[in-house]
Amino acid sequence: MQTTTMTDAMRPPVPAEPGAGVYSNKLGMWVFLASDVMFFTALIGSYIVLRFGMGSAWARPGAVLNVPLTGLNTFLLICSSVSMVKGYAAIADGKKYFLRKIPGKTLQDGGLKFWLLVTIICGAGFVGVQLVEYIKLVGHGFTPTGYREGSLLAEHALADPVKYGAGVAGMYGSTFFTMTGFHGFHVTCGVISMLYLYFTKVLPEKYSPQDYRGIEVIGLYWHFVDLVWIILFTIVYLI
Amino acid sequence: MRWWLPDAGSTFAGPIDTLFLVILIITGIALVVVEVGLVTFVIRYRARPGRKAFYTHGSTRAEVIWTAIPAVTMVALGLVSNHYWVLIKDKKSIPPNAYHLGVHAKQFEWQVTYPGPDEKLGTSDDFTVRNQLHVIVNQPFAVELTSEDAIHSFFVPEWRLKQDAVPGMQITAWFQATKTGQFEIGCAELCGLGHYRMRGRVFVHTPDEFKAWVAQQAAGGTE
Amino acid sequence: MTSVAHARPEAHGDAHHGPTSFWQKYIFSTDHKIIGIQFLFVSLFFLLVGGLLAMQIRWQLGFPGQPLPGGGILPESMVQNGVILPEYYIQLVTMHGTFMVFFAIMPLLVGVYANFLIPLKIGTHDMAFPRINMWSFWLALLAGLIMLSGFFVRDGAPRCGWTMYVPCSARPDLSGATISQKLWSISIVVLGLSSVMGSVNYITTIINHRAPGMTWFRMPLSVWSLFITAILAVLALPVLQGAAILLLFDQTLGTHFFDPAAGGQALLWQHLFWFFGHPEVYILILPAMGMASDIIANGSRKPIFGYHSMVFAIIGIAFLGWIVWGHHMFMSGMNPTLGSTFMVSTLLIAVPSAIKVFNWLGTMWRGNLRFHVPMLNAIGFVSMFTIGGLSGIFMAATPVDIPLHDTQFIVAHLHYVLFGGSLFALFAAIPYWYPKMFGRMMSERIGKLHFFLTFIFYNMTFFPMHIIGMGGQMRRIYDPTIYDFLKPQQPLNVFISYSAFALFAVQFLFAFNFLWSLKFGKKAPQNPWEDNGMEWSLPNPAPHGNWDRTPNVYRGPYEFSAPEAGDKDYLPQYVKLPTDRDPIPAPLPAGGH
Repeated sequence: MQTTTMTDAMRPPVPAEPGAGVYSNKLGMWVFLASDVMFFTALIGSYIVLRFGMGSAWARPGAVLNVPLTGLNTFLLICSSVSMVKGYAAIADGKKYFLRKIPGKTLQDGGLKFWLLVTIICGAGFVGVQLVEYIKLVGHGFTPTGYREGSLLAEHALADPVKYGAGVAGMYGSTFFTMTGFHGFHVTCGVISMLYLYFTKVLPEKYSPQDYRGIEVIGLYWHFVDLVWIILFTIVYLI
Repeated sequence: MRWWLPDAGSTFAGPIDTLFLVILIITGIALVVVEVGLVTFVIRYRARPGRKAFYTHGSTRAEVIWTAIPAVTMVALGLVSNHYWVLIKDKKSIPPNAYHLGVHAKQFEWQVTYPGPDEKLGTSDDFTVRNQLHVIVNQPFAVELTSEDAIHSFFVPEWRLKQDAVPGMQITAWFQATKTGQFEIGCAELCGLGHYRMRGRVFVHTPDEFKAWVAQQAAGGTE
Repeated sequence: MTSVAHARPEAHGDAHHGPTSFWQKYIFSTDHKIIGIQFLFVSLFFLLVGGLLAMQIRWQLGFPGQPLPGGGILPESMVQNGVILPEYYIQLVTMHGTFMVFFAIMPLLVGVYANFLIPLKIGTHDMAFPRINMWSFWLALLAGLIMLSGFFVRDGAPRCGWTMYVPCSARPDLSGATISQKLWSISIVVLGLSSVMGSVNYITTIINHRAPGMTWFRMPLSVWSLFITAILAVLALPVLQGAAILLLFDQTLGTHFFDPAAGGQALLWQHLFWFFGHPEVYILILPAMGMASDIIANGSRKPIFGYHSMVFAIIGIAFLGWIVWGHHMFMSGMNPTLGSTFMVSTLLIAVPSAIKVFNWLGTMWRGNLRFHVPMLNAIGFVSMFTIGGLSGIFMAATPVDIPLHDTQFIVAHLHYVLFGGSLFALFAAIPYWYPKMFGRMMSERIGKLHFFLTFIFYNMTFFPMHIIGMGGQMRRIYDPTIYDFLKPQQPLNVFISYSAFALFAVQFLFAFNFLWSLKFGKKAPQNPWEDNGMEWSLPNPAPHGNWDRTPNVYRGPYEFSAPEAGDKDYLPQYVKLPTDRDPIPAPLPAGGH
């Protein structure tokens, strides 16, 4: 009796119909991601409405923001998604170790421990680079309210108002920091979650090819965060 | 004690009040059907010893009928309503001979700008009066609504006229008064502490009265 | 994560023994039933708060300038010589709406009944994510307390209406509210998190955790409506969170989202707010409709008429609900052509609601009606919701909205659907599932008296508001008598106020019944209403973990008076007849177990 109860309680009871065909943790994450899509839609939708309702043009791409550096950062985030996939594939094959020499080959074989660590480092790196960028921008005078009076950017804007979108700098700052800030917050939450899993589940080797739900679920979240960034990078930095 | 809509005072009031009455009749019929049905069933089908309920899961025919009738009614209502909606709110519906006034809403008053004797807004003989709207009967007027601060809403009940005044926007609302007399403006959007006392007075004049009033104002007369 | 939950024996392993300490059993419980009950107590408290605010509003509208009885206890910033001040009045109207919508009706319908009913009615042990579910409650409580604190901080509570239009709400120099406006945004973000967490649970549980035999079209309408409501919530609340954050940043970081002087747009707030706000009002009515359906079928001793139509109507309402938001903005200055499109979608959304009303009537037709307290209130619900829904048609027709927008006519409409609709449905649902929650029955006699008096005073209070609105009384005004065109209607305002006071007083019958019956109510039999739902196969109150073994489901939810039932007039979903076969379990999903 006890065994039946424990088993039934631990996994979805035998459904009448296959339900979603995916286990609950994954389904739950999909539903949560749908809500997060709506959240970013509100922010990005507002940005689009505001930007294209402005009287004069936005600052030219690259005038204020460091596009090359952020491009590199974007690449870093994409790499972290790749390493996430590699980690997921590794555990599906039962590979939990850090690095293992493959007999007869010079390359080493990475398992979940290796690839998830790579993901965490890349993710943290992304946040780090963004923080540095923020500090630099604020130092130059770019704030959520526009170009700070007397700052370097304010001087530039006086000299070349078109390139620097002088008339709309306030809105430029407002939308930039809000959208990238919340995205950065989401990345940070992802990194913290992965660290938590790393120390409580991955290092103690609690995952197996039969059960690696946590990795799959955090992987979904991570890919979502990456996708949002690609959209943001395009509409905030490139256009 | 007033039990109905305010007395009609503009050309809009006729169609709007008629539409209101039509909707009242349609919804009234629906209401009577439902409520009488409820009361009838409550009495007729109350549980009594020896009775059994009639076991059925429904009727597709009934579903079709009570889906189609409301749907058709709503579509018809929409078509009729839209005709008048366009007439009242569309920019292209503003009569070319409309007399333009500026109405600038702010916490907590209505500043009405008149074009003065040259009847052109934006010239040097314009003058502004607080909380008083003077218009001519049977003459189209258009108010260009702006706001200083919060969102206000320009509302004259007898004219069935209402339009929000939004900071950052200029919105034109037109009307044609059909009755002379004195009426009131109320603010119909919560705008702060003094929202309740944003009361303006409306004066609908004959053409001569209006001309005289404008001349008096232009000469620096009292309000 | 579930894998971590394995390590906590008290969360799952002891379906027999359950959590042992008082704190784990009643305070930090992950049991969906306890969480539902926690929501019930907290939400009823906020319902009381909302009611007290309403009484003060009605005092001022009925007797402007008269000292409020007991007003002496309020500070000078709110009343002077006992007379309500205009700045306090607009706080009252704002916070009455805010508390009623966000902290009373929504959590009563969803926080209580989604949590309590879903696992019971689909035949499972608990929600998919019990700990996240627990957090959902505590975050909702935190949000409520943050919102409540707005009255006690410097400069008082927010005051731009529950709709918080900008620029009023973005600029303290326009509204007068400072700290509390920021607290509003924070409270909304926290509440949104609570809502999303709950909805993730409801959706996942319903999709994946139904007992064998519980196919989609054997789910009761209460569960269907809660499922669709959860989808609405999970998609709509984040939009409000986004808007609240933009508002907070305008106030604290100096951003310009809603500042027309710097290119911001006042209408942007309205679009964001109502894009959330309209699905929100369907969140506030769909669960009420679902529960009313269950109760009406039970009271009529007949299957729900047109079950499939009812399901499609719920889905239709939810779907259309996303494209009608502009009907709150017909006068806003948005492009009139947009107004036309919103008019069409708004008129169309009347159709699925009408279908539901006709199907409720069809359910009662040729039934064998039992007038227990839940049934009385459910019938009241149908009757009042019909009025509320029909009154909406006036505003849907845009030209007629011109004189009616932002008048008491709207206030009448919204109260007919939210009070006449949702609250009456709650007055039906609370006594109905009370035995399952507490093992006792609420008093039928007090319940009947409460119903009749509430019904009478309710209509006396809110029906005349239609008339005052037609006469032109604007919303949220402190003193109608300063307008010549409103003075003649003041006797009606007085009448409404007296009726409202009586209505409020009558609710003490309900409060007394609810509280007294906890201890002294008649002990409930296992299936007191002779109902068909899965939950009635369990003892009252339902035990932790619900069933020892996952139950089987043999039929649909409304098989009242079925021929197979023999001489009984009900046939529960869990009863296996000799002619029934056990459902075949489906294979487990791949990728993990």
